[in-house]
Amino acid sequence: MQRIGDAPAVRRALILAAVALSALFLLLPLVAIFAQAFAQGVAVFWTNVSNEYTVAAIGLTLFITVLTIPVCLVFGVALAWLVTRFQFPGRRVLQTLIDIPFAVSPVVAGLIYLLLYGRNGWLGGWLDGHDIQLMFAWPGILMVTIFVTCPFVARELIPLMQAQGSREEEAAVTLGAPGWTIFRRVTLPNIRWALLYGVILTNARAVGEFGAVSVVSGAIRGQTNTLPLHLEQLYQDYNTVGAFASAALLALIALLTLAAKAGLEWRAARQEAHP
Amino acid sequence: MALHPLFQRSLIAIALSAGLAGPALAAERELLNSSYDIARELFSAINPDFVAHWQETRGEEVAVSQSHGGSSAQARAILQGLRADVVTYNQVTDVQVLADDGLVADNWQQAFDNNASPYYSTTAFLVRKGNPKGIESWDDLSGEGVGIVFPNPKTSGNGRYTYLAAWGFADQHFDGDEEQIQDFMRTFLRNVTVFDTGGRGATTSFIERGLGDVLISFESEVNNIRGEYGSDDYEVIVPPVSILAEFPVAVVEPNAERNGTQDLAQAYVEYLYSEEAQRTLAGFNYRVHHEAVVEEFADLFPETELLRVEDVFGGWDQAMETHFGSGGLLDQLQRR
Amino acid sequence: MSTRALPFAIGRAPKRVLPGFGLSLGVSLLFISLVLLLPMTGLFGQLAGLSLAEYWAIISDGRVVASYSVTIGAAAVAALVNGAFGLLLAWVLVRYEFPGKRLLDALMDLPFALPTAVAGITLATLYSSNGWMGRLLEPLGLQVAYTWVGIALAMAFTSIPFVVRTVQPVLEDLPVEVDEAALTLGANDGTAFRRVILPHLWPALVTGTGLAFVRSLGEFGAIIFIAGNMPYETEITALMIFVRLQEYDYAGASAIASVVLFVSLALLLAINIWQGRFIKRLHGGGG
Repeated sequence: MQRIGDAPAVRRALILAAVALSALFLLLPLVAIFAQAFAQGVAVFWTNVSNEYTVAAIGLTLFITVLTIPVCLVFGVALAWLVTRFQFPGRRVLQTLIDIPFAVSPVVAGLIYLLLYGRNGWLGGWLDGHDIQLMFAWPGILMVTIFVTCPFVARELIPLMQAQGSREEEAAVTLGAPGWTIFRRVTLPNIRWALLYGVILTNARAVGEFGAVSVVSGAIRGQTNTLPLHLEQLYQDYNTVGAFASAALLALIALLTLAAKAGLEWRAARQEAHP
Repeated sequence: MALHPLFQRSLIAIALSAGLAGPALAAERELLNSSYDIARELFSAINPDFVAHWQETRGEEVAVSQSHGGSSAQARAILQGLRADVVTYNQVTDVQVLADDGLVADNWQQAFDNNASPYYSTTAFLVRKGNPKGIESWDDLSGEGVGIVFPNPKTSGNGRYTYLAAWGFADQHFDGDEEQIQDFMRTFLRNVTVFDTGGRGATTSFIERGLGDVLISFESEVNNIRGEYGSDDYEVIVPPVSILAEFPVAVVEPNAERNGTQDLAQAYVEYLYSEEAQRTLAGFNYRVHHEAVVEEFADLFPETELLRVEDVFGGWDQAMETHFGSGGLLDQLQRR
Repeated sequence: MSTRALPFAIGRAPKRVLPGFGLSLGVSLLFISLVLLLPMTGLFGQLAGLSLAEYWAIISDGRVVASYSVTIGAAAVAALVNGAFGLLLAWVLVRYEFPGKRLLDALMDLPFALPTAVAGITLATLYSSNGWMGRLLEPLGLQVAYTWVGIALAMAFTSIPFVVRTVQPVLEDLPVEVDEAALTLGANDGTAFRRVILPHLWPALVTGTGLAFVRSLGEFGAIIFIAGNMPYETEITALMIFVRLQEYDYAGASAIASVVLFVSLALLLAINIWQGRFIKRLHGGGG
């Protein structure tokens, strides 16, 4: 069996080009982050990371992320199921509406929530009267984080589920399987990688979101400061090493999720090979 | 798995801090100070002293939290419901915005001494070792081949002070001749190498990226930067004429009332005028009013003529509208 | 709204064998209304306060217009570069086995995982005149930081995964027969790729490049540190929005934001429609 681009010379040239460009373009910035973070040694890095405000920021960031993922997951699956398994008028519009968060600049995303739920907003006035504070507290941060991350899962699932078509599920229906069983037994195995990838993107963005969160957070040290906000403040304080220490933590969280994804993929590939 | 306890702990911590657990669980009263971006270290030094002072005089354990950000963004957050008890900003307009909305008393500038500004500063230059371009005053900045770095006046209060100082100098230098002032300002602005959005970005551009021949910022900042990055490599120049930069403070009354911290907030602001706090402030290179402290730090702060925004520009509202608003003079001067 | 749309949709549907229409429609509409549409009313509320002339004056201001061309130009360059680079990466990752492949694959997601502000600070550090890259490039006369090139670079960095991750699955699903058929017809690698493979990848490639472009239009955090922000030269539209916010000018900020929003949404809608058409054609019109 012969495939296009299989000639050794072509193959080597392309691999080399891809690796070289990626190293320059993607790996180098990553290396630079860790180089800066450890510029003054491990001890200084550790002092920065174990600082009480940094720990609080890590806690808040993880808390927000853990709450964001299930919400985006449920919504993403529901929407993908809806637009790929059924024909109905307005389907395309619905599919585009979900892209709004991609089209809105993050700062504006924060702003629109502030304009609605802030003290002068039309819902915010009522909330303020009832002493419910959403903005400048963790619920506000959670709300904008969900806003900016909600397209990822759906965006990953829709093209795949569209391409796969619904024949398998239809066959299951004919065999009399109930809805949840079909989803669990037929759909889920087919979409799990896209689903997982969607979750990873959601996780990454939720952990790292800066623009939208900065507008609604209030930036109270140790209370409503997420890790990216904390990082930016350290940078403002001429604490470059501290800022890059936080950056390294964020990069580390990212690397861990990516490693988890790679590990799961590998296990699945093995399962497929030896069922 | 390892996430689990951390998650739980943070959940509780956040629930507590968000006030969801109710005030009954709050062990101590807490004061929230909303401040400008570069004051983090300053208030990290002042707050523990205040807490100790309060404990000593009133026998009550209190906590002071800090919120920092761009001054305008900070004021906007309070307008939209951030429940800060006191504000300590670097621009009068940002407190005025709160006063216009009724969150701060109308006569807030009379509520405390010195226009409610416990400390002040001015705009100064940081040049590279040996001052190779011979920059001593503002008119040295409009020459050929001088690269200037200061933050964008559109996004930074710090940048606005620089712009106003240059204009104030030109106003004096050209005896109020509008055309010559504008010519000067045009060349001055054309010499800007990079417009960062904030003071810190400008510092990075100047120090770490080696851009420009002179960095313009608050005198306090310029001195702190020189301290931070080595006194051998940089020199501080305080021009003979510059602008008075006030750092206004106020109590956000509706919030303090709601949080039950009125006495605390009042005392906190008053404390900033105390000898102890003024000495800390002077240590951070801010100019202060307390006589004993002024004398002690006299060497640090060269005498210079400080123009007042009120005198040269007819007040902040006026300056903001004529110069910095959309389509204002700054926009016109940069138009091409 | 959902109660009106539902019977109408059911009435027109050809045949709906799969379950879960009501549930998924309910969840989706509830979510979209609450999370996406309701807050958008705030934006339009601000716009409603402007007269048409005022709106036009804000969005056609000379400096803002200059920022559109900087943003669109840099985003277009970034998207095109990413189109080529992304295609290469996707190809290498799918077709070849080599040591470190898994690492390279994982690396592709880095720009999404890295907070944009971190990316901005890091890129500015790397490409400034005394950074690792800047020191190499500047003697060659190529200045990246604080120029238009820097903006395009930051945009390209933050959006590369869009291309790789949209092209990759399509390439994976491409059956071996496609290659074999092309090669048995006697075409060489280049021709076979252009004539046979590329048409299959085209929709994914355009979608990925389009998404990368749209993402670049709104990007702020990564660009602002490396842009230089000189009026008329290196100011991006997102900065213009940010500036209006600093002036407490919510209406002005909303007006400029609405321009970006409409352009981006129009592009995304076009991508979706085009993608839908293509898939239909691919499945022989069956959908």
